[in-house]
Amino acid sequence: MSDPATFFMLGASHHSAPLALRERFALTPEKIAALRARLGPAAGLRELAVLNTCNRVEFYGVAGAPGVLARLEGAFCALQGVAAEDFAAARRHAAGGDAIAHLLAVAAGLDSQMVGENEIFGQVKDAYAEASAGGTAGPVLHRVFQKVFQHAKHVRTHTGVAEGQVSVANVAVELALNIFGKLDGVRVLLLGAGEIGEKTAKAFQSRGAATLTVASRTAERATALAAGLGAAALPWELVPARLAAHDIVVGSTAAPAAVVTTAHAAAAIRARPAQPLFFIDLALPRDIEPAVAGLENVFLYNLDDLAKIAEANRAAREAEVARARTIVAEKAAQLWGQIGPRLAAAPQGAAGDSSIESLT
Amino acid sequence: MPNLTDRQWLWLAAACYLAGFVIGTVALVRGRRHSRMAMFATLAVGYLFQTIGLGVRGRAVQGCPLGNTFELFQFTAWSSASLFLVIGATFRVSLLGYFTAMLAAVLTLVSLAIPEWDATARTHVFGANPWIEFHAALALFSYGVFGLLALTSAMFLLRNYSLKSKHVGGWFSFLPSILDLDHIGVRLLGAGVVLLTISLGLGAVYWVPHPATVDLVKVLSTIAVWLAYVVALALRLAGALPARRLAWACVVLFGAALLSLFAVNSSRHPPPPPAAAVSTP
Repeated sequence: MSDPATFFMLGASHHSAPLALRERFALTPEKIAALRARLGPAAGLRELAVLNTCNRVEFYGVAGAPGVLARLEGAFCALQGVAAEDFAAARRHAAGGDAIAHLLAVAAGLDSQMVGENEIFGQVKDAYAEASAGGTAGPVLHRVFQKVFQHAKHVRTHTGVAEGQVSVANVAVELALNIFGKLDGVRVLLLGAGEIGEKTAKAFQSRGAATLTVASRTAERATALAAGLGAAALPWELVPARLAAHDIVVGSTAAPAAVVTTAHAAAAIRARPAQPLFFIDLALPRDIEPAVAGLENVFLYNLDDLAKIAEANRAAREAEVARARTIVAEKAAQLWGQIGPRLAAAPQGAAGDSSIESLT
Repeated sequence: MPNLTDRQWLWLAAACYLAGFVIGTVALVRGRRHSRMAMFATLAVGYLFQTIGLGVRGRAVQGCPLGNTFELFQFTAWSSASLFLVIGATFRVSLLGYFTAMLAAVLTLVSLAIPEWDATARTHVFGANPWIEFHAALALFSYGVFGLLALTSAMFLLRNYSLKSKHVGGWFSFLPSILDLDHIGVRLLGAGVVLLTISLGLGAVYWVPHPATVDLVKVLSTIAVWLAYVVALALRLAGALPARRLAWACVVLFGAALLSLFAVNSSRHPPPPPAAAVSTP
């Protein structure tokens, strides 16, 4: 399957495996440790790191003898109780410079479901840290991962693959930052208990919003949601009078007509002339009268507006992927040009070969 | 230090400011954020050259170089650049360096490109009173503050437009938040009003006992500028002037302030010689 003494990648991701299969592939930390223990004595597997996320299970390592990858695959399937043919159907394999290019693309977010997302970078770092702590990272993995982190940062900062938010909730947060600069003093009012409204409110909370208040036409639902979010509940009938006490109002009710009228918003902005007011209308039919957008110092975005921005950002990221992949290919070829010849020159099974150790 | 004339130093300064503007424009056209360090360094070097140029001019005229339109424009650009070097480093206001470079480049290049502005027969405009010289310098420095205020106001208007029209991508994304720009604007407005008030107070001490020595157009135009800024500040603090209207007012008022410099300068010109005297060899 792989030439002896080479760097390899073996695994499956959302590109090749549906969710139902990925669920069966997913490893727990205990199982990763068990896999390492099983493979420890395997002849020829010099180094190993396991990247295990909700979208991928991938093994990166150095194979120093024929048949190593087949043993790795067998051990994994046995541990997970997965039929060998199921894994084989979803399996992706790369070696040498291609494997490095894949790891670099993964770390830079190019291989993610949501192109450019940065959570994967931390997950790759965790995989490397676990391999280092578990003693299965050697000179090749040290060199490859450290250079990959450096190059992935380069790709993210020198291309537009990570620019702009691509989810409605994060776009709303980004817009709020464009208005308020920072969110640590911002007070958010959530109207209704819709799912997307709740997600948006959580996004504001995670970015440090000062307070979150929930109001719903059903008092019990407001109280329950507020308790779940660690927020305060506001009686529905007080909403118009309390608009001015908030900086961001998220509309997410199922009300048949607008619940915030232009008169409500105008009164609120008069009470706080130096502070802008940001309305986010995620409801259908709309919770906030469209004419509110015409008020001075008031900003209104509805679901379509946010979706358009998210889509534009997504398209902009996609347009940058080709440029990013060119950089990835160049950097991977450079790195493999340094590692490959020394790896090929190392005697098979030589875990501590000095020419490889000198890479670090 | 090279033995350059004052105007040569000022040309070098203008070139630096222009370079800053070009660096920023190229970055924006490419959809990238310009290097903050490169912009700061370019403006700092331009500021250094301009300081040397104005210093050389000041030594030559034995006073503050505020004797003609050319010098007034140069001093206003110098004030804006010096404020940016303090505010830009402290508050890290995105794109402010770019706009400052643009303003400084326009003011310095225009003043250098019109030789007539620097060909005024100089008189000892400040007499022997150092307080009057301080009054003039402080007034011009407050104009520098108002220049920077006009820039942050223009940035506010662009940001407001982008948010209202829902065009938040591209180079709009590099602009600071609307609230930050509003806060900076109000602080600059307050600082400019305080400086100009002190300056006019000092001037009044001299002018009130000697009203015939100061041109009425100069006094009225300066007081009009000061009063307009005071009214804008008062309305803003009272909550009667929304941020967007204040921003427009600050942009327009700075234009008016620059125009008032012509009135200030015209009051200093000695009466023209009779036509016959000019044509006689």
